Amino acid sequence: MNIHEYQAKELLKAEGVPVLYGRPIMSPDEAGRIAYHEFVMKGISTVVLKCQIHAGGRGKGFVVDAESREKVMRYGKPVRGVTVIGDGNIADKAFNYALSTFGNVLVTVQTGEQGKTVNRMFIEQGCDIAKEYYLSILLDRQTGKNLIMVSTEGGMDIEAVAEHSPEKILKQYIDPTIGFRQYQARSLAFGLSLQGKAFKSFCSFIEKIVAAYDKLDCSLLEVNPLVLTKQDEFIALDAKINFDDNSLFRHPNYAQLRDLAEEDPLEVEASKYDLNYIKLDGNVGCMVNGAGLAMATMDIIQLAGGSPANFLDVGGGANVDRIANAFRIMMSDRNVKAVLINIFGGIVRCDRVANGILQALKQVEVNAPVIVRLEGTNAAEAQEILRNSGLKFLVAGSLEDAAAKVTEALAG
Amino acid sequence: MSVLVNSNSRVLVQGITGSEGTFHTSQMLDYGTNVVAGVTPGKAGLMYEGKGDDSFNRPVLVFNTVSDAVKATRANVSIIFVPASMAADAILEAIAADMPLIICITEGIPARDMIAVKSALDNSNSRLIGPNCPGIITPGECKIGIMPGFIHAVGHVGVVSRSGTLTYEAVKQLTDIGLGQSTCIGIGGDPIVGTQFIDAIKLFNADPDTKAIVMIGEIGGSAEEEAAAYVKEYVTKPVVGFIAGRTAPPGRRMGHAGAIISGGKGTAAEKVAAMREAGIFVADSPANIGLTVAKALRLTSETPTKKVIAAKKDTALQTEVSETISEIPATTDGSAPKRGRGRPKGSFKVKPATDETAPKRERGRPKGSVKKKKAVKTGHKRPPGRPKGSVKKKKVKKNNKKQLMSVAEQVTTVASNIDMTSASNA
Repeated sequence: MNIHEYQAKELLKAEGVPVLYGRPIMSPDEAGRIAYHEFVMKGISTVVLKCQIHAGGRGKGFVVDAESREKVMRYGKPVRGVTVIGDGNIADKAFNYALSTFGNVLVTVQTGEQGKTVNRMFIEQGCDIAKEYYLSILLDRQTGKNLIMVSTEGGMDIEAVAEHSPEKILKQYIDPTIGFRQYQARSLAFGLSLQGKAFKSFCSFIEKIVAAYDKLDCSLLEVNPLVLTKQDEFIALDAKINFDDNSLFRHPNYAQLRDLAEEDPLEVEASKYDLNYIKLDGNVGCMVNGAGLAMATMDIIQLAGGSPANFLDVGGGANVDRIANAFRIMMSDRNVKAVLINIFGGIVRCDRVANGILQALKQVEVNAPVIVRLEGTNAAEAQEILRNSGLKFLVAGSLEDAAAKVTEALAG
Repeated sequence: MSVLVNSNSRVLVQGITGSEGTFHTSQMLDYGTNVVAGVTPGKAGLMYEGKGDDSFNRPVLVFNTVSDAVKATRANVSIIFVPASMAADAILEAIAADMPLIICITEGIPARDMIAVKSALDNSNSRLIGPNCPGIITPGECKIGIMPGFIHAVGHVGVVSRSGTLTYEAVKQLTDIGLGQSTCIGIGGDPIVGTQFIDAIKLFNADPDTKAIVMIGEIGGSAEEEAAAYVKEYVTKPVVGFIAGRTAPPGRRMGHAGAIISGGKGTAAEKVAAMREAGIFVADSPANIGLTVAKALRLTSETPTKKVIAAKKDTALQTEVSETISEIPATTDGSAPKRGRGRPKGSFKVKPATDETAPKRERGRPKGSVKKKKAVKTGHKRPPGRPKGSVKKKKVKKNNKKQLMSVAEQVTTVASNIDMTSASNA
């Protein structure tokens, strides 16, 4: 589960991690009002206005008009995802920048060309940056331990750093039995060539953020940039948190942090029925039980000359309601030109799945050819049921046969 | 022969009285698995007989703790059906009781809990399979998991996979063309799992009865690459690989920084390249996994160096493979033919212990045509199983090399009869 930067900072602040003073804003009016009352009136002379979307690269991204797709201009310059306002009428400028941004689309290297609509922004006080660093904590699959990575190459594309100068990334593993220790913090601080007050500030910062990572059940916590101010203090200038989805039951308060506007509407709908659905750009819808087989089915669709319109795992128990809902969601994607159902009945009986499909098709209008491949327990009976249904199914035997029928369906 | 589990495995079910535990215990008992005990805290002394449609073919004694169950029954494998919030605790309890093999089926265990479990495992004598996995099966001997038993057949192909239903698909392809399995291990798809590809491949490589290895991976992580490096260095048996998710969009599951520590690893293309580089036969299509194994066996028998092939669609070939295999005469090793449900005709014998270093018993199972299971019309959840005790146990014979050779020759013969005209070098 992803959350916004301002939400991550609120959580980190509560755990004692130093962040700058900031406030979320939900409209241009609010931007002007809050900038005036909560910043200007408090003597803050520089503010930073940041778009809140679930993607990175905002500072380098451009805001484009939702309709014309042209770059939005303000004060003679294109509006970016992050704007520093340090002179003139700050509240007025904050309002105008927000007006140019809300409801429009932010395009960054991570969003792809379609970009993401901006519905929330964040206004934060400015700070005097002496140097930018990189910090992240994440689960390392190989060792089964959490790993801390820091680098002097802050604010950069960290993947590029990892590729071209991996020696600039310092690492420390957290041993689960003894926890994160002070010597590890010192080791990282020495590695970054820190001294004096900055050294102490770093050690304190990293202990707090490691504790927060653990307590919040994160699977990724990334601070890029982590900044050293001219006052020699470390502050999280940005914050990205991914929660471990498996731990959500321990944190009922996270549900309110979810921003449904950031998710695909069909995926939101699917999650209501506990269906694992991911929308893709292709033309062949597929419905499969099990994630691995679902991915393999997507692969075979491509080998057959199509491209998958979605990933959809209906799970083990394929009852009528589940199948009907899955069908409805899959068919509401207008790009779907053919449908492939691939169910391997292990514990679940194929004849029951076949009956489920028949009943589901009574509830949902399907205009595309449907290729059904049921394999496993009672597969032969299931094929009989489908063939005798009077509905136009293309019944496939093997996975290979299913692929060939997909090719046929797309050609016809 | 097999790895990790066999008919001597004495199975304990943690969470036996829950709905999942009950259903799958009834299925395992029907398969002939030697379930010796269950654990549900607070229900010690209960002779549990299942419930509803899932009644057991014999009652199983329930204990309060794993430790009590082990003392009373000498259980040496535990399978866990405990809900995610308590599953890590169940694994730790089994580790504390010195359980040699722990299989955790539970899906959705928090990573923080699994980090602690992994650390405890590293300092123990226990091996964990899973979590979030279908379990492990040695066809004809025992099924300790949730996989459908009837698609498996006794044979010589070791299967290791991160997936559930995709493994069933691959196993069925193998069985359909007459290639049975020595053992199939589902290692699970979670970020932290107890047993990795590389561990399973080591076991299969050391098992004299496993003649070929199939590894079915997925995008993400770097376990497949590490396994490939090991295969290149140490494995002499043909290895067939498949990676699911070539068409999956990048970045949907992996975090921004996730790609950094794995050094850019994790995509299907990189995994396939690493596998090919290691001499692993890569199936390009999930429909061709079984066929690729058959071809790999042929190729390796022909030339000492492994070649990478891309299996192509060839139904005629598939038929031929099937026919050829069914023509292979059965060898005789004196064991009486035993047939499980839907498994190929053939005898199988029982490994004396789960210990990987145990003396390897002699083999010589005849290759038989696969007899398709008849559909079970009634009581779908409980297909008829082998009656308890029907597995005939054999004493270990010491000089088994000759017998083993005959098996190897069979495989070679099967493979060499396969028409290779459609195989192309990738």
